[in-house]
Amino acid sequence: MDVMPKWAEVILVPLISLILAAILSALVILAIGEDPVAAVNLMVTGALGSTYGWGYTLYYATNFMFTGLAVSVAFHAGLFNIGGEGQAMLGGLGVALVLLFIPWPHWTVALLAATAGAAVFGALWAAIPAYLQAKRGSHIVITTIMFNFIAAAVLNYMLVNQLRPAGSMDPATARFAETVHLPNLHELLAPFGIAFSKAAPANVSLLIALIACVLVWLLIWRTPLGLEIRSYGKSQRAARYAGIGAVRITMIAMLISGALAGMMAINNVMGEAERLVLNAVEGAGFIGIAVALMGRSHPFGVFLAAILFGFLYQGGAELALWTTIPRELIVVIQALVILFTGALDNMVRMPLERIFLAVRRGGAA
Amino acid sequence: MNFLALFDLSVLDSTVRLATPLLLACLAGLFSERGGIFDIGLEGKMLAAAFFSAALAAMTGNVWIGLLAGIGASLMLSAVHGLASITFRGNQLISGVAINFLAAGMTVLIAQDWFRQGGRTPSLIGGGRFEPITLPFAETLSTVPFFGPIYAELISGHSILVYVALLCVPGTWYILFRTRFGLRLRAVGENPAAVDTAGVSVIGLRFAAVGICGILCGIAGAYLATGLQAGFVKDMTAGRGFIALAALIFAKWRPWHALWATLLFGYLQAIALRPDIIEGALGFKVQVQLLDALPYILTVVILAGFVGKAIPPRAGGEPYVKER
Repeated sequence: MDVMPKWAEVILVPLISLILAAILSALVILAIGEDPVAAVNLMVTGALGSTYGWGYTLYYATNFMFTGLAVSVAFHAGLFNIGGEGQAMLGGLGVALVLLFIPWPHWTVALLAATAGAAVFGALWAAIPAYLQAKRGSHIVITTIMFNFIAAAVLNYMLVNQLRPAGSMDPATARFAETVHLPNLHELLAPFGIAFSKAAPANVSLLIALIACVLVWLLIWRTPLGLEIRSYGKSQRAARYAGIGAVRITMIAMLISGALAGMMAINNVMGEAERLVLNAVEGAGFIGIAVALMGRSHPFGVFLAAILFGFLYQGGAELALWTTIPRELIVVIQALVILFTGALDNMVRMPLERIFLAVRRGGAA
Repeated sequence: MNFLALFDLSVLDSTVRLATPLLLACLAGLFSERGGIFDIGLEGKMLAAAFFSAALAAMTGNVWIGLLAGIGASLMLSAVHGLASITFRGNQLISGVAINFLAAGMTVLIAQDWFRQGGRTPSLIGGGRFEPITLPFAETLSTVPFFGPIYAELISGHSILVYVALLCVPGTWYILFRTRFGLRLRAVGENPAAVDTAGVSVIGLRFAAVGICGILCGIAGAYLATGLQAGFVKDMTAGRGFIALAALIFAKWRPWHALWATLLFGYLQAIALRPDIIEGALGFKVQVQLLDALPYILTVVILAGFVGKAIPPRAGGEPYVKER
């Protein structure tokens, strides 16, 4: 029997963890001599007070939806994929190769091809750690971390030695063609008479991210494969007894995970920068861990958590601009969210369970 | 081609220096994992220690106060890890990830608040650093052929923490394999239920393991910022905590093997700094990016088990639940 009702499990526990993380973050802001209330006000107006702010919030949220889904799918299979960062870097390489060397007639076909390119590159980068975990038993956490470092070296080599246009000092590719420019929210919403900021980078990939959320939900909860993935994640021995192959599930889950992380590149590389730069991912792969934990690995939870982190990211940028609080505050908040929703989960859960038990006993008596 | 040039004395000298933080972190992980607590937060603990040791050394001008501050900071994070993974039986990997991010964010945040130099500490001078120590007779013996230069350059002339790290190797071996505490620590990583039945506190032993891990990570971080370099810069650990973990697996959780494994990784880092020597020795140019990635690639190869199978402590990563 579950001690807690479902709503407490799904809403109350993450909410209390979030509040704890927020209180500690406020203390950190106080400790460096800034006013937490003013900081929150600044973050809210900066991230949600204008369509420009919203455009950035949703742009970041798009990144985090992809990486959050990536971590979630791996979590369902009982695997911890910390390699989202590297997989997203390689996804960017895939997008750049697809867009630089093929003349696309229209952005729609280009977007499809770029999505495929990003997914394939991301999946391939996840495939090696997945294979080593499945076949050789090397710990996927450490191999995926190593692959983040190796990805950075690969990207550095490709940009500095191969893809950099002649005469350019900047380690970045040439700009993509004008025809593959993705419509941003301003261009998408204008026909409906909705005015949206022209300068904000949120673009059509947001819709792809939403579709990905729905598809992942379908995959995990409405297909036989999803059932196999979840069974394997819950109990490897039981799954093996039920005839579910460990190697197969590990490979499939990690390939999907890597593909999702790689697909982030259609947003940041194709949608925003419109060329591949060295630090394109900017830690979004790691934020995916916090997003997945916060969203309890459910696509809808990931969607909400991604928006929350999009807000924090854009708000944090505003803070760095107007106050002495550096951008690293967001890394601290991210760490606290991971700590409270992930590792210290029981600290929140145990007292709550006790309360619910007491209430139930009181009700029965 | 001249392969011997790859083992130039200056390269070996920096091998020893670069291997030191890896060795300390590796032994730190050894204590923790032998006690059944996985720790991928070595990186974060080293980073926090690096910052606080450099910060306190810069403010007081005394590197020993810096060292204590570094150890203290690292122990704080160890306490968080212990609380999450021992007391509240949380996921040890997730706790480690959180600690890494916490350290990465907090160090820059506090550095910016204290020093306003873009997330770094001021450069350390004089008593703020661990200076190299010249061992006795290094000068006089340096004229002796072959052994003289090795003694004078390779063995002598490092900061005290290098020798501390080297002494930690037999120390760790002795504690783990020749004391009652070590026996119990190893037992708690293999079969905590048996230790519990014998009436020894599993929780106490595991906190001790995590605490020793914190102290060693603290020394490692302090060495990075006050011995190897002169001050703290953002993200200066650069994956060393993870390389130390790989070395630990390579060493199969044994102290002497940890020394050889970290020396190998230290050598890779040292040779990556000298592309000129590599080109001279091999006769062709090796891409710098390949050299940078080499330690990580080697780690993956090692993890893939191509150099023998590594079996971790059996109860590693699992929280101990008494009533089962």
